[in-house]
Amino acid sequence: MRAEDILVPTPSGVCCKRGGFYIDPTRPVEKALITHGHSDHARAGHGAVLATQETLDIMRLRYGENFAGATQAIHYGEELRLGGVTVSFHPAGHVLGSAQIKVACEGFAIVASGDYKDVPDPTCPPFEPIQCDVFITEATFGLPVFRHHDTKGEIDKLLRSAALFPERAHLVGAYSLGKAQRVIAMLRQAGHDQTIYLHGAMEKITRYYESRGIDLGHLELVRGAKKAELAGHITICPPTAMGDLWSRRFPDPVFAFASGWMRVRARARQRGVTLPLVISDHADWDGLTSTIAATGASEVWVTHGQEDALVHWCVSKGLKARPLDIVGYGDEEETDVTPTEADA
Amino acid sequence: MNRFAELLDRLSYEPGRNAKLRLIADYLRRTPDPDRGWALAALTGALSFKHAKGGMIRALIAERTDPALFALSYDYVGDLSETVALMWPSPEAERVPISPRSGGEGLGVAGALQPHEDRPPPPAPSPPSAARREGGEKQAPTLSEVVETLSTLGKSQLPAQIARWLDTLDETGRWALLKLVTGSMRIGVSARLAKTAAASLGDKEPDELEIMWPGLTPPYLDLFAWLEGRGDKPSNTDPAPFHPPMLAHAIEERDFETLDASDFMAEWKWDGIRVQAVAGHDEDGHIVPRLYSRTGEDISKSFPDLLESLRLPAAIDGELLIMRDERVQSFNVLQQRLNRKAVTPKLMLEFPAHLRAYDLLAEGDHDLRGHPFSERRARLTKFIEKLNDPRIDLSPLVPFETWPELAAARGDPASAGAGHDAEAVEGVMIKRRDASYVPGRPKGPWWKWKRDPMIVDAVLMYAQRGHGKRSSYYSDYTFGVWNAADQLVPVGKAYFGFTDEELLEIDRFVRRNTVDRFGPVREVTHDADKGLVLEVAFEGLQRSTRHKSGIAMRFPRINRLRWDKPPREADRLETLEKMLSKFENVRP
Repeated sequence: MRAEDILVPTPSGVCCKRGGFYIDPTRPVEKALITHGHSDHARAGHGAVLATQETLDIMRLRYGENFAGATQAIHYGEELRLGGVTVSFHPAGHVLGSAQIKVACEGFAIVASGDYKDVPDPTCPPFEPIQCDVFITEATFGLPVFRHHDTKGEIDKLLRSAALFPERAHLVGAYSLGKAQRVIAMLRQAGHDQTIYLHGAMEKITRYYESRGIDLGHLELVRGAKKAELAGHITICPPTAMGDLWSRRFPDPVFAFASGWMRVRARARQRGVTLPLVISDHADWDGLTSTIAATGASEVWVTHGQEDALVHWCVSKGLKARPLDIVGYGDEEETDVTPTEADA
Repeated sequence: MNRFAELLDRLSYEPGRNAKLRLIADYLRRTPDPDRGWALAALTGALSFKHAKGGMIRALIAERTDPALFALSYDYVGDLSETVALMWPSPEAERVPISPRSGGEGLGVAGALQPHEDRPPPPAPSPPSAARREGGEKQAPTLSEVVETLSTLGKSQLPAQIARWLDTLDETGRWALLKLVTGSMRIGVSARLAKTAAASLGDKEPDELEIMWPGLTPPYLDLFAWLEGRGDKPSNTDPAPFHPPMLAHAIEERDFETLDASDFMAEWKWDGIRVQAVAGHDEDGHIVPRLYSRTGEDISKSFPDLLESLRLPAAIDGELLIMRDERVQSFNVLQQRLNRKAVTPKLMLEFPAHLRAYDLLAEGDHDLRGHPFSERRARLTKFIEKLNDPRIDLSPLVPFETWPELAAARGDPASAGAGHDAEAVEGVMIKRRDASYVPGRPKGPWWKWKRDPMIVDAVLMYAQRGHGKRSSYYSDYTFGVWNAADQLVPVGKAYFGFTDEELLEIDRFVRRNTVDRFGPVREVTHDADKGLVLEVAFEGLQRSTRHKSGIAMRFPRINRLRWDKPPREADRLETLEKMLSKFENVRP
């Protein structure tokens, strides 16, 4: 059995001919298995979609009722026979509902991990390393300079800043799905019990998280708040809103941005961020390399990000490794749901 | 070290002056002696370590990382210290992914999100990676340890010591340590700002601290004791101390209506560098000369040629100029000397430093700052005569009896006494006869009346979002003029001069006329018929190899928005070339 007999990489996603499906395809297909709800992985218009209940719900929220011809929900750990292969979904620790997809056939297993992180996140079940022969990994932060393990330290930094500048608003740019809710949940864990304000673009998703039993404390929409009320408070918004007319309603705002990219100073400066928060929903370099080791895989396929360095590392450890040139992954962060400038 | 690192980290991103002050003051308040004193020394540029260089740091990382991974990382990050700080391997054991059960941070995720029973057994339990740090954090050095060790350590022991410290610090700590030891902090904090923050601890005026500063030594235990009301005021025992300078307000047309010309004296405003030349006797009776910048930075080392002339104890407020054949050279020429790092005999011969005196703040042991300007001026005149040195002369007074007479002199300095030095005059200074010398910028006693700026009409080409309060506004503008081939070439960048109202108008224009985007920069429509013409005012021009047009502007700002003017009617590069050649002709 060869890996390619089970899964074949194509420019629009990995394809399983025996099972008759694609994983996270970037163009409409007949049958798609979706790892998680970010728009670069979960697209509308497939014939049938198999995913966790949360991912299906999130796709429905984002694309409307008719985002796919048919849907089927699968639990973590549940095994399903599709054509000649067995598939199962396992927690990826990336965002609510995110999963790694294991495809097995005659004792040979491939895991397509989608996006993942191996550090705690109070808003989703923790990542589980799955034993496999071939591990398909992302490499968003696949350079040894990306290390973002001390998330709590970053949250503390934000809270200290809010305490030091009580007359200013603290605007935190965070991706609408996952990061925003995680930042809020971590602020709550750190004991922050004041009202947190939300940009309207993240309301639906955030309310959905709450409906799944995740307690995010008292939230208010920015819309309707007076300028003076926003002082001393933390507001979560899509990163693009910070450079927008929208941000002018805040009193002397401190611009924070929660992202793994904030690890590199030039990137933080380029975006005009004054309080970079190194908080990522992707595995950092240590996370990528230790996860690869933990899966026991002898071969690694790298989907998107900084493939060169990770492939180099795998080869230096005696693993077979290759980049997959899939077009279109990694775009969600750059094109996060942007409210129009008129959306005041 | 970690607190100091966090401070540097925040300062490096914070554009606002007040916010920087608060961050520094907050650090100084929360941090015990002597760490905070060393931090203040680092921020004011009072610390320097000779041995630590980029090469050493490169060697340290080469021993510890895969060269290919280092090359990819360095290429991505672009800064050596930062790359090393980020990729320095943690001494702790390799991380094992968290087990499902150790992620016990769950808030309300029980029930709905619990993974199913039949998942594979978890790997060996290990603490969440966020906790990995704690063992290392305990041994992280204090800032005092770092500073004290570095000052005694030999060069050969340095690499191993730095490596040991790097092992105990986190990413930000490592970055700060490397910036500190290589002496390249560049976090946008001036010595003055750091001192102002320190003074705020005891609600003191920054000038009070400034006056005593030259007599203080790190880690400034006596200073903090005084600021916190636990000790006496430290006295400045420096024989040649800096005196915080007095600054002027720009005068406006309507101000003249309320001012009586007979209360004032006037002198030329020279286009050089405002300096303070101080000399005094030390305990052994030797003369100690020093040259300070306007901000109190000791720049003596850069001007040994002028230092020799400070033979009599006094404090002179004046302008540093380059003088060739008894003619004052333009600011462009002065800048050529300032740009050189090494002060060689050849440089001093080619660019001889000269001091043109405005004011006398002290003579011998007498502090003259409380005396009226007219009296200080008279003493200055005598003092310069007594000193009798070709490198130091008196800035002449501009005779006038009425404001129109002064206006005429300002309009034509050459015929009003400035003679062949007229091109180095950038306006007039107007000073009250009875004014004492007050540090800072008091309103009323001193006024500056600069000559009219040069003006061109240029076309807006690119706009960039600003920082801090302006981060939602396109507030930094690159503008161009037409070249011989009828193409617009960028000639400068300006980010002030406009009103808040005008900023809104330009911002709207940029958003509606964007033709391309490059990160935070937008290219806007700029063709012959459509675009925004900006009237740009500036103080001077010089040749530049960094600009495509070959020309750089001094102090450009947006003077007016010319909505009425089509871009085709904006100025041409030839116009600027002509202005520039006029500048260059100043040379004898």
